Amino acid sequence: MSARSPRWLLDPRTERDACGVGFVVNVKGARSHAIVEQGLTVLRNLTHRGACGCDPLTGDGAGILVQIPDEFFRRECRSARLAALPAPGSYGVGMVFLPREVNQRNECERIVEKIIRDEGQELLGWRRVPVDESAPGPLARQTLPEIRQVLVGAGRDAAGPAALERKLYVIRKRVEQLVRSSRMPDSERFYVPSLSATTIVYKGLLLPDQIPAFYHDLADPQFVSALALVHQRFSTNTFPSWDRAHPYRFIAHNGEINTLRGNVNWMHARQAMFASPLFDDVTKLFPIIDPATSDSGQFDNALELLQRTGRSLPHAVMMMIPEAWQNHESMSAAKKAFYEYHACLQEPWDGPASIAFTDGRVIGAVLDRNGLRPSRYVVTKDGFVVMASEVGVLDIAPENVLHKDRLQPGRMFLVDTEQGRIVGDEEIKEAMAARRPYRQWLDQHRVRLEDLPAPTDVPPAFAPDTLRARQQAFGYTIEDLRILMTPMALNGQEAVGSMGTDTPLAVLSDRPQVLFNYFKQLFAQVTNPPIDPIREELVMSLETTIGPEQNLFEETPLHCHQLRLKSPVLTNEQLAQVKALDDGHLRAITLPTLFPAGAGGPGLRQALDALCARASEAVADGYTILVLSDRGVNERNVPIPSLLAAAAVHHHLIREGIRMRAGLVVESGEPREVMHFCLLLGYGAGAVNPYLAYETLRAMETEGVIREVDAEAALANYRKAIDKGVLKTMTKMGISTLQSYRGAQIFEAIGLDSEVVQRYFTWTASRIEGVGLDVLAEEAQRRHDYAYKVSPALDGDLDAGGQYQWRRRGEHHMYNPNTVAKLQHAVRKGDYRIFKEYSAAANDESRRLCTIRGLLKFKPGHPVPLDEVEPAREIVKRFKTGAMSLGSISREAHENLAIAMNRLGGKSNTGEGGEDPVRFTPDPNGDLRRSAIKQVASGRFGVTSYYLVNADELQIKMAQGAKPGEGGQLPGHKVDQYIARIRYSTPGVGLISPPPHHDIYSIEDLAQLIHDLKNANDRARISVKLVAEVGVGTVAAGVSKAKADVVLISGDSGGTGASPLSSIKHAGVPWELGLAETQQILVANDLRGRIRVETDGQLKTGRDVAIAALLGAEEFGFASAALVASGCIMMRVCHLNTCPVGIATQDPRLRAKFEGKPEHVVNLMLFIAEELREIMAALGFRTVDEMVGRVDMLDVRDVSAHWKACGVDLSQILHKPDVPAGVAIRCIQSQDHGLEKALDNRIIALARPALEQRAATAFELPITNRNRTVCTMLSAEVSRRHGADGLPPDTIRIKFTGSAGQSFCAWLAPGVSVELEGDANDYFGKGLSGGRVVIYPPRAATFLPEENIIVGNVSLYGATGGEVFLRGQAGERFCVRNSGVTAVVEGLGDHGCEYMTKGTVVVLGRTGRNFAAGMSGGVAYVLDEDGTFELRCNKGMVGLSPLDERDETTVRKLIERHYELTRSAVAWRVLSGWRETHKRFVKVLPVEYAKVLAKQHLDTEAARLASV
Amino acid sequence: MGKITGFLEIPREAPHKEPVAARLRHWHEFEEKPSDEQLRAQGARCMDCGIPFCHKGCPLGNIIPDWNDLVYRNRWREAMARLHSTNNFPEFTGRICPAPCEEACVLNINNDPVTIKTIEKSIVDHAWDAGWVVPQPPERRTGKKVAVVGSGPAGLACAQQLARAGHLVTLYERADRIGGLLRYGIPDFKMEKRHIDRRMEQMGAEGVTFVTNAHVGVNVPVEQLRREFDALVLAGGATKPRDLAVPGRELKGIHFAMEFLPQQNRVVAGDRVAGQLVATGKRVVILGGGDTGSDCLGTSNRQGAVSVHQFELLPEPPKDRPPFTWPNWPMILRTSTSHEEGVVRDWSINTKRFSGDAHGNVRKLHGVRLEWTQDGGRPAMREIPGSEFELECDLVLLALGFLGPEPDTMLAQLGVKLTDRGNVWVDESYQTSVPGVFACGDMRRGQSLVVWAIWEGREAARGVDAYLMGRTFLPASPEL
Repeated sequence: MSARSPRWLLDPRTERDACGVGFVVNVKGARSHAIVEQGLTVLRNLTHRGACGCDPLTGDGAGILVQIPDEFFRRECRSARLAALPAPGSYGVGMVFLPREVNQRNECERIVEKIIRDEGQELLGWRRVPVDESAPGPLARQTLPEIRQVLVGAGRDAAGPAALERKLYVIRKRVEQLVRSSRMPDSERFYVPSLSATTIVYKGLLLPDQIPAFYHDLADPQFVSALALVHQRFSTNTFPSWDRAHPYRFIAHNGEINTLRGNVNWMHARQAMFASPLFDDVTKLFPIIDPATSDSGQFDNALELLQRTGRSLPHAVMMMIPEAWQNHESMSAAKKAFYEYHACLQEPWDGPASIAFTDGRVIGAVLDRNGLRPSRYVVTKDGFVVMASEVGVLDIAPENVLHKDRLQPGRMFLVDTEQGRIVGDEEIKEAMAARRPYRQWLDQHRVRLEDLPAPTDVPPAFAPDTLRARQQAFGYTIEDLRILMTPMALNGQEAVGSMGTDTPLAVLSDRPQVLFNYFKQLFAQVTNPPIDPIREELVMSLETTIGPEQNLFEETPLHCHQLRLKSPVLTNEQLAQVKALDDGHLRAITLPTLFPAGAGGPGLRQALDALCARASEAVADGYTILVLSDRGVNERNVPIPSLLAAAAVHHHLIREGIRMRAGLVVESGEPREVMHFCLLLGYGAGAVNPYLAYETLRAMETEGVIREVDAEAALANYRKAIDKGVLKTMTKMGISTLQSYRGAQIFEAIGLDSEVVQRYFTWTASRIEGVGLDVLAEEAQRRHDYAYKVSPALDGDLDAGGQYQWRRRGEHHMYNPNTVAKLQHAVRKGDYRIFKEYSAAANDESRRLCTIRGLLKFKPGHPVPLDEVEPAREIVKRFKTGAMSLGSISREAHENLAIAMNRLGGKSNTGEGGEDPVRFTPDPNGDLRRSAIKQVASGRFGVTSYYLVNADELQIKMAQGAKPGEGGQLPGHKVDQYIARIRYSTPGVGLISPPPHHDIYSIEDLAQLIHDLKNANDRARISVKLVAEVGVGTVAAGVSKAKADVVLISGDSGGTGASPLSSIKHAGVPWELGLAETQQILVANDLRGRIRVETDGQLKTGRDVAIAALLGAEEFGFASAALVASGCIMMRVCHLNTCPVGIATQDPRLRAKFEGKPEHVVNLMLFIAEELREIMAALGFRTVDEMVGRVDMLDVRDVSAHWKACGVDLSQILHKPDVPAGVAIRCIQSQDHGLEKALDNRIIALARPALEQRAATAFELPITNRNRTVCTMLSAEVSRRHGADGLPPDTIRIKFTGSAGQSFCAWLAPGVSVELEGDANDYFGKGLSGGRVVIYPPRAATFLPEENIIVGNVSLYGATGGEVFLRGQAGERFCVRNSGVTAVVEGLGDHGCEYMTKGTVVVLGRTGRNFAAGMSGGVAYVLDEDGTFELRCNKGMVGLSPLDERDETTVRKLIERHYELTRSAVAWRVLSGWRETHKRFVKVLPVEYAKVLAKQHLDTEAARLASV
Repeated sequence: MGKITGFLEIPREAPHKEPVAARLRHWHEFEEKPSDEQLRAQGARCMDCGIPFCHKGCPLGNIIPDWNDLVYRNRWREAMARLHSTNNFPEFTGRICPAPCEEACVLNINNDPVTIKTIEKSIVDHAWDAGWVVPQPPERRTGKKVAVVGSGPAGLACAQQLARAGHLVTLYERADRIGGLLRYGIPDFKMEKRHIDRRMEQMGAEGVTFVTNAHVGVNVPVEQLRREFDALVLAGGATKPRDLAVPGRELKGIHFAMEFLPQQNRVVAGDRVAGQLVATGKRVVILGGGDTGSDCLGTSNRQGAVSVHQFELLPEPPKDRPPFTWPNWPMILRTSTSHEEGVVRDWSINTKRFSGDAHGNVRKLHGVRLEWTQDGGRPAMREIPGSEFELECDLVLLALGFLGPEPDTMLAQLGVKLTDRGNVWVDESYQTSVPGVFACGDMRRGQSLVVWAIWEGREAARGVDAYLMGRTFLPASPEL
């Protein structure tokens, strides 16, 4: 890895992959070659889930894992004249990738042989694996390894299969270690895909088709197996890598491990305590986690360790991916105890995952706790099981199907080929739970905080005399109290703000900053989904344990002798209880974290060293809970930044190998806002006691600042707000348990030097260097001086802060009274001279540093005359306004931007609120109010087929600068009649956008949505909006491979209508970093030429645009600047609906005050372009295209005089990848979307009479899972020709037979009726726009349809209209964000009707858990036959009731129709017993929605009466 | 935070004033004290802007949104503290500042601005009434001594800041009372002098020594100050008045405003002024349309002038704000309370000469009307042929502004460098070209507003403190 680690912005740790996975198994364990072939067929049918890089013939990797075909190898050994093989099971076969270069290859082989002998085993010989070297693509051939198999006979201590496998494990680990530590230049090429006596892996940097072509063995009839596990990879980049193909030794993984860094750290920390009688020397296995492999590979490493050290494979899997047991309403006590006990041993490896695993005897699959990846399986009557990411990957005659199902969240599916049967989830897990008396062990040993004796030694709650000074010493500001803490204390949640942030990075600020501000939160985008911690609370947990751990390989009662906390935020009383702990096992000690005033950097370093040494001693002395405390700050003592103290001790103890012997608790006056707690936990603290925050709140209550609640309630609310905020921050990264978040270091450091990072924040990304301990000490000292050196006559107040609102004595803001006023004067007068004054003020960082671009300057070029530079009118076509939804801003402001950008030929953006179709036709004066860019965000509001065809660009918003990783909320008071109509919702009812797109949980899902949208409008460019963070370049590479036409890299600072303050301030990084990283990685992977790059985030001037272009952007977005030009004066009250200039408000009184004119925005854009032209002329560029990516024209300004910025090093940003001449550095070609292959071409041809003459047309077609997004291009044609209303019902009737691919009938237009005999995959009916779909199982099938699954996950996402009848069950998240569809289904998975806003859903069967979470409109009727539905319903927003008369009619009619269309037996049964059955229906109606409906009803009644 | 929808619900309500007839009969302030309820309601109109333009509009950087909110929440004492954190003397500025903050108020874009000035005044009046304004002596004395020359608002603010930083400050004033223009330039009906006296008391307790009748460079040698003090701050104002060099200027009855106004202030203070220059029974002409002119107007009317004319050279400004000015200070027609009390105002008038009677008393003003044009971006004036006129008058008051500090005495003796405009040159820390000598207020800036003077005094105090101590913890309110 070190060889790959860069001087530039690529961080190989950020590589991500996801994919398609599947297996085929004969339940009885009968081996055949057919299984291998079927495995390869499954693989081929998953091809579309993988990706190709710049070289279309090189995939990201694929592979197959099978049982070792004994006869095959026996024959091969004979023919190769190798030693005769011993009995089956007493020899192992190793698949080995070797360097091609002969000397190194020999060296590697010698190492392998030596270790085999060392471990007392017998080298039977090497077999050269026959391959066709012409099969792989050109890029793959460049790194093709020499592939050989090593045969190892069982020797000493290897009697029995398990013992042999252990020996082989040791051999592999030792060999890996030796080769890696050798000085061989190509050591990275050496890799052992498998070394086992039971299984063997054939894989490589290959496309599925190439696998059998490349590996001749696989075609051999004697190559037999009872199981085949296959995998097709979609990696975010294309660094050729043969070893990263799956399967690994035990698993194939679709998904991503979000908590990886923490898991690896903890594993590393645990190593020191490992001991096993099964291994003579455990250290031979080190490092347990191979640092060079991917997240899946590392997961495999950990699983392998657990399995090889004595646990069964299912047991190990349950430890790695536990179910969401904490809040499970119906889980058995024994199983809960199992999980609770194991939580003391190891944190979950958390993240979206469908993992197929096998040890060659059992094969199974498990899904993450939230069910975020698809897994469908079919059990056949003749004893086979086929499981895959999709259904339809293997042709199985319908009459042979015994059962079709999907894997459910947290559930395991297992085939035991030795027992010859399928073992159900319940059976496996109950058996595991019964292994030991876990409950009893827990009851006896686990210590619960609430059970501890009342504390005796609690510090005074409140010391008013010294309070102010201590607040100052910890850097409290007026804003901390007023803007952050007070709302938390009053409302129990973090306050919301708006309009982004425009203050300097901590390292560029003139003011002392708390260390927390040098970190930015990372968040999930594309490669894994964020979670909604409110609506999907059932998977979340803040519970945590602290205290010593034991040897991971054992299970003893002592393992759970830990302290259990419900929340990581401790009250003073709780902390006192912890401190008093001394039961012989749990013993607490307090270590002070102070350093002497005036001691400076050396003093701080000394204090840290002493602290670490004391921590080591304490552990040696048997203390198991270390409380790091900065109590005692006074004139002489300065607090060590709490984060520095915690991280230093954490990493020190890890390095010492004693971290697991003690837990860390932080008692500090410093943490006060959510981000502070997240950082402390993220760097290893188990719990935090923010004593000064408590005191501050008490003081505010005493002084009457906080009146609404008493002090106790204020403190409780505050803790609740922090808890919620921590949860929220975890979920931004898609992490659901605090235990996994702890120590996971989900942050990027900005502005810390490498010494600090390497020593105290080991493994944290930090890319621009920055301040060291000296400056950190100086900052602490300045705060301390302010507290203790200033005459009390002068320090009546805390520091002003000025982070959230501009203050003269506060932090600098780029938008300040000067720049705002000058900009407005310039664009209103149309005066370029005033604009230059504005831009001079905005660009001027000579006095105050603020941004990374402010540290850059242009190198002198060869100037060209200004009139030779392309005109401003041309340049502005690259300009866009930001995505601001109608709803967040007023109709006037929204249309103003659209008119302006259309006049210029630039592009405005709808934002996520849909668009009024009247805007699609021009005004009489020629102005067009249609937004060229239509956004598709997670809420999918108003995303209809007609909306999509009316776009020039479709933008998928993966994240938003102000709140990456979060959804949004439009409060009810902003949803008026007009907004509601456009969003397909109800006036007055608030709307929720979920944090993730529920059809994008990974990169291949994004590729699918891009494909869907391209089908929905093939004339529009598809753009993907990302937010800068470390790794965004890698994601962008994936986006390019997923065939987006544009990728937008947003900075962290962008505006927003409403976002929690900690998100505005602390998530994401500046666009300069993200853009440079993106450009470098796209160029290095030769992916840049086929995608355009756009950037935005506080772009304000021509200079900003010039720098963005040189760093690699072709297009440029402006949001705040365009709003300021329209009259925005940065009130930052968008979320309150009180914008006094009529922009961010729906209040008609205020909207009337909007004074913006399109000319103002036009002027702004032309001025910026003009200024850009001046720079271009000076640099010698005649066109923008010439300057894209010319980072060599940038240089770094001298800031050596600045006390902090002097440490910044921007060389990584200014790096230009060294690539061959032909590699493009800007977009020069378009993506190949492959639409010509779509089934819809045929469908459109067949439907021509309907499209052209509105004549009724009907036809039938077969369909397979490779036919994706079927009927969407057809729908686009309907919408283009016939508008929003489409065609009359049933004009086009199509019947399909087979398994439909993903996104079947997406955005199906009105007038199209589809019937499918078979089943469908994920995303069925996404965005359904008025058409009708009926799906039923094959008529020949003999299984009971209502017990089988018929459509996959996330059906009808964001659908706005139409009807759906499904004879069978649906997967998870059925009808998520439905806003108008009527659907009947016979059962469904978890999270049904989530975020639904309109429409009617009838469920004739059982629902999963969390039904109706976030449902704000529409109605669902659930047939609740066993009366347990209420348990599984999330009643946060809905009420349950029996049917009234009108409901009864509605439901009955729908069921009748369901019967007519599907011949459903359930429908028949229900209808025939209607007198009784109708009583078992439960009506689910959102409470707010019901109120609005009732009011509407009253209003119409009143109106009717009045008219009488 | 204010009340989120306050500005939509509550109209602006300015404080009520005593009727003209009544207030002309006395020399006291005549603005009525608004009720707490009214003030809270007005405070609730503040929108707590993300960019509080008022806070920039105020030269002092008063943190206006904060104390508006505190008043709304009935937290007067904190409001006082927040107000004092940027402004040593809000009772001065709350009375006599033209309130650029209200011009800059975001509500002023399309609504009526918050009554910031009234709220400011009320906070500090409330604080005095409640006895919250007390001396804040420093905890430790530094042993350093500073002399401040000039006791106008700049000198006062500078002295108070330095005293609170622990230095021993001596404030020198050439007049017989402390206060500079506050004392003798501003009439009592605009600001009663007890406000200054109260502050002197406070400052005295904080460690400021006041020396009056001490004209540095005249009766107090500069060298003595340099010897006895560690640092010297020059805050002597810009007292050189602009004259009108026209025929007849020498006639009796033509006076500078600053000859006229101080005498009345002395009388109000109880002094006996022999042969006081009064407007009683006279036809008064005031030349100059600024604040000083207004003060002459209010004083003349109270003294019983028969008539008062006020002429301005420049054209009559528009009544409404011209476009593209917010949040800056717009040139519009402003009507002061003195104007309400009776005056004939006229604009674009150039005084050509005065003529007098046999005794050398002024009797007539001879003027001409002007036409203003733009000449290459710069305004140019042209006399309108045939527009000449005469106006009978007995008293002419020249309120034509000030030209800068008096250069001949103290400044010359110290040898400090002056700027092109004749003001004292200082570096970023307010230090003049002579080490250890600092300057602030009008002496540095040229004639300006009281708010600027206080701000300058505070900023200069930081320079002095840093000069004496190596660094300073005095609060700053930096300009953008």
